[in-house]
Amino acid sequence: MATQSSRSAARLMLSPTVILLLVWMIVPLAMTLWFSLKRYNLLYPDRTGFNDFGNYTRFVLSPAFGGAVVNTLILVVGVLVITVVLGILIALLIDQPIWGQGIVRILVISPFFIMPPVAALIWKNMFMNPTNGLFAEAAKLLGMAPIDFLGQAPLASIILIVAWQWLPFATLILLTALQSLSSEELEAAEMDGAGAIQRFWYIMLPHLARAITVVVLIQTIFLLGIFGEILVTTNGGPGTASTTLPYLIYKEALLDFDVGTAAAGGVVAVILANIVAFFLMRAIGKNLDA
Amino acid sequence: MARHISTQRRALNTASAWTVALILFFPILWTVLTSFKPEAQAVASPPIFLGFDWTLQNYVDVNEQRDYFRYFVNSIIIALGSTAFGLVLAVPAAWSMAFVPGRKTKDLLMWMLSTKMMPAVGVLVPIYLLFKTLGLLDTRFGMVLVLTLMNLPIIVWMLYTYFKEIPGEILEAARMDGASLRSEILYVLTPMAVPGIASTVLLNIILAWNEAFWTINLTVTDAAPLTKFIAGFSSPQGLFYAKLSAASTMAIAPILIMGWFSQKQLVRGLTFGAVK
Amino acid sequence: MTVSLRALLGATAFVALTGAAFAETTITVATVNNGDMIRMQGLMDDFYAKNPDIKVEWVTLEENVLRQNVTTDIATNGGQYDVLTIGTYEVPIWGKQGWLASLNDLPADYDVDDLLPAIRGGLTVDGNLMASPFYGESSMVMYRKDLMDAAGLTMPDAPTWADIETAAKAMTNKDAEQYGICLRGKAGWGENMAFLTAMSNSFGASWFDMDWKPQFDSAEWKATLDTYLGLMTNYGPPGASNNGFNENLTLFQQGKCGMWIDATVAASFVTGKDSTVADKVGFALAPDNGLGKRGNWLWAWSLAIPASSQKQDAAKAFINWATNKDYLALVASKEGWANVPPGTRTSLYSNPEYASIGFAKMTIDSINAADPNAPTVKPVPYVGVQFVAIPEFQGLGTTVGQEFSAALAGQKTADEALAAAQAAVTDEMTAAGYIK
Repeated sequence: MATQSSRSAARLMLSPTVILLLVWMIVPLAMTLWFSLKRYNLLYPDRTGFNDFGNYTRFVLSPAFGGAVVNTLILVVGVLVITVVLGILIALLIDQPIWGQGIVRILVISPFFIMPPVAALIWKNMFMNPTNGLFAEAAKLLGMAPIDFLGQAPLASIILIVAWQWLPFATLILLTALQSLSSEELEAAEMDGAGAIQRFWYIMLPHLARAITVVVLIQTIFLLGIFGEILVTTNGGPGTASTTLPYLIYKEALLDFDVGTAAAGGVVAVILANIVAFFLMRAIGKNLDA
Repeated sequence: MARHISTQRRALNTASAWTVALILFFPILWTVLTSFKPEAQAVASPPIFLGFDWTLQNYVDVNEQRDYFRYFVNSIIIALGSTAFGLVLAVPAAWSMAFVPGRKTKDLLMWMLSTKMMPAVGVLVPIYLLFKTLGLLDTRFGMVLVLTLMNLPIIVWMLYTYFKEIPGEILEAARMDGASLRSEILYVLTPMAVPGIASTVLLNIILAWNEAFWTINLTVTDAAPLTKFIAGFSSPQGLFYAKLSAASTMAIAPILIMGWFSQKQLVRGLTFGAVK
Repeated sequence: MTVSLRALLGATAFVALTGAAFAETTITVATVNNGDMIRMQGLMDDFYAKNPDIKVEWVTLEENVLRQNVTTDIATNGGQYDVLTIGTYEVPIWGKQGWLASLNDLPADYDVDDLLPAIRGGLTVDGNLMASPFYGESSMVMYRKDLMDAAGLTMPDAPTWADIETAAKAMTNKDAEQYGICLRGKAGWGENMAFLTAMSNSFGASWFDMDWKPQFDSAEWKATLDTYLGLMTNYGPPGASNNGFNENLTLFQQGKCGMWIDATVAASFVTGKDSTVADKVGFALAPDNGLGKRGNWLWAWSLAIPASSQKQDAAKAFINWATNKDYLALVASKEGWANVPPGTRTSLYSNPEYASIGFAKMTIDSINAADPNAPTVKPVPYVGVQFVAIPEFQGLGTTVGQEFSAALAGQKTADEALAAAQAAVTDEMTAAGYIK
């Protein structure tokens, strides 16, 4: 259908974005690959030369690496499950006719506007602190011993914080999808005697499949890189209980200032992320086809 | 889904929706309340909800310590600048992907998304060196550039999904009338895509406003936005909850208020092609 | 109204005048967000009056963010800062790299010989002063006199760890949220490891022997960690594995801690206006075990100039102003002696007005009791009391700190934590080429 001229015009319009993104990808990636093979510590300017794959083996064989990969996956999956499940429930709820719908929606989406460092600081200091956080006060009120969230369940606590930030995003996308569901279809199903659960399972959920895919895809991309919240709350501990891959790289880059090893870690993380993305697309990518 | 339901049912739904909404909003509300407390009462046990000695002292202190306005202006410039720049790049790209799709269009889209997978902290030093060489450290232009590139994949994808919804026949009709490519985009497509573009703009502003790695590590003073402002309040010596809350409230208020006013736009537009 | 209008006109005229007369130099000063630094920013009128041709831009950041920003910049020669706030850990390392400009040529009224010897020693590299101390601190015991009285105990001025345990036990009443002792538990080289490394010195332990072999498998470290875990498990507050300086300060100010061993700078907070126990606090030297070393550290936040700064003269003028004796007098005249940045100058402690402040003597005694050049009972190849001044220490200290905080959280035993620390540090030191 498209003519030759419109095809070349299209290519012309596409090229600035592609070229810029290509540069933005290639240049840092090339530098990172280069550094990853070299001895390069900011604090030791005189140590130079090639280190072959020494940085890679150092990063991958460090005792915290395996746990960090697992923790990263737990963090991503944990947040995804919470945001998708609660997102669907909340979307269903606020899609109903209720009083004060506008305000309810505003309140629900508000956490999305909060800067990640602010969110982490608020939760850590004012809620999860075991001596004067609100959770501890609530526990005391109920006659229970306060729970030391960040000490006893660090990863779960971080999942909670991150899920709180991303829940509005999931809810919004699921809500828009839900609103596009024709009410005739649902009413027809109701006429046929389908119960609420059946209607949800056989009509709504398939309809939401695409929206869920989008939520999973976009959130995964953002969640794989999360470390600021960990830095603010637990510093990756206690032990390495909440150390994720990006946090491990942070430690190499900004505590040891070992640029070589941090670069190797970055390359490893990109490879792992692409493996995750590959399986993700295999598993749910078909939902995205028009 | 305008279905008729009983008043009882509606009351029940209302109650549960409000409960959920208030739980989700509570941390923000608590922060705002804490920002009006004297430091000693901010850590009082049991906590005081409203019956504390309301004060504006924390805001005064925060403003005395830092020039909030400067950080605020930088946040605005970086958020709006990267959004505008991003749109200029993304609209044509998304248009051509939507209306002149090639066999590789979907792969191209996925590739764009994959550029976001490199953990930022792993490439900090390379980027820092690059920025130093180009003289972009601590410049607003440098930050606009970084955040544009960070968010470009997302907004291309968003716009692509909106443009795809626009029926091709309209374009054909416009072309019959002899409209040039430029006017086709300007007068036919863009108006139809305005709701989509609006929510893309909103999302991009939110993401740019809240980006807290590059904005902290590549700025010093001239281009430092509100994320850097907050980094100075996170754990000073002494009691700090109330001042931290005041600083936080000041950092999130602009974007929160913008979000509230544009809530309808955002709800309508944030689909990423999730709706067929 | 008229006053402010006149002030405004005056200011405008002043700006116009200076604009014409001087080429204004703007220097960028990076500081940590501590009370003393914030206070300095409020006193800048004095500096501007004396140096009308210099304008100061502040970058005020939380300690860890500051450190990562400043280190990245200085190591890549980024040239974004003219004055840096750095600690006694960075100065010897950066000084050796040639990254800092020497401060030997500050004007005579700076009076370099007035600096406290321990502090000055820590900031001198190869005979050159590389940074000027803004405030110095050690650590000491802060305790509740009222609770000690109630328990029928008195705190010696120089307690032993056994005294601390007795006192902690006597003051603990967990049902009333009364904890005998509060100590740092949050993982980090400048958090729990600052305390534990200093503590280990008093137990005769050290990070390394003369061959840079890690010593976490020694009986001394085992004794250190066992004592720490015993104190904290039996008499400490819940959730201590996330407590740093601020968390403990809050607890102490709320009256929930019987004792707290931490930075001397805390003294002005626990006796200050936000404290509910301000009039009940006593001070003692950090504990020892009779081995000749006490468990106190030494730290000085100091101002330094990157060698790459193009504005050395303006930066030096600023440093001279901010760390001069006159600055101490300026703070005293505006905010009172209690708010003067402590721990840098001999003359401050011979000032009778300052000596009358409750914690002044214990602060100076604590600082004098620490020796960064001979921190441990056994000889060691490194400098630093609560740290080891090698570039690897930030990473090492944080790794070991994580192990110890896991032990405090009950996720590991002391032996497991020590074994993991020993293995991790051995790996790292071998990779870094210290262990041949």
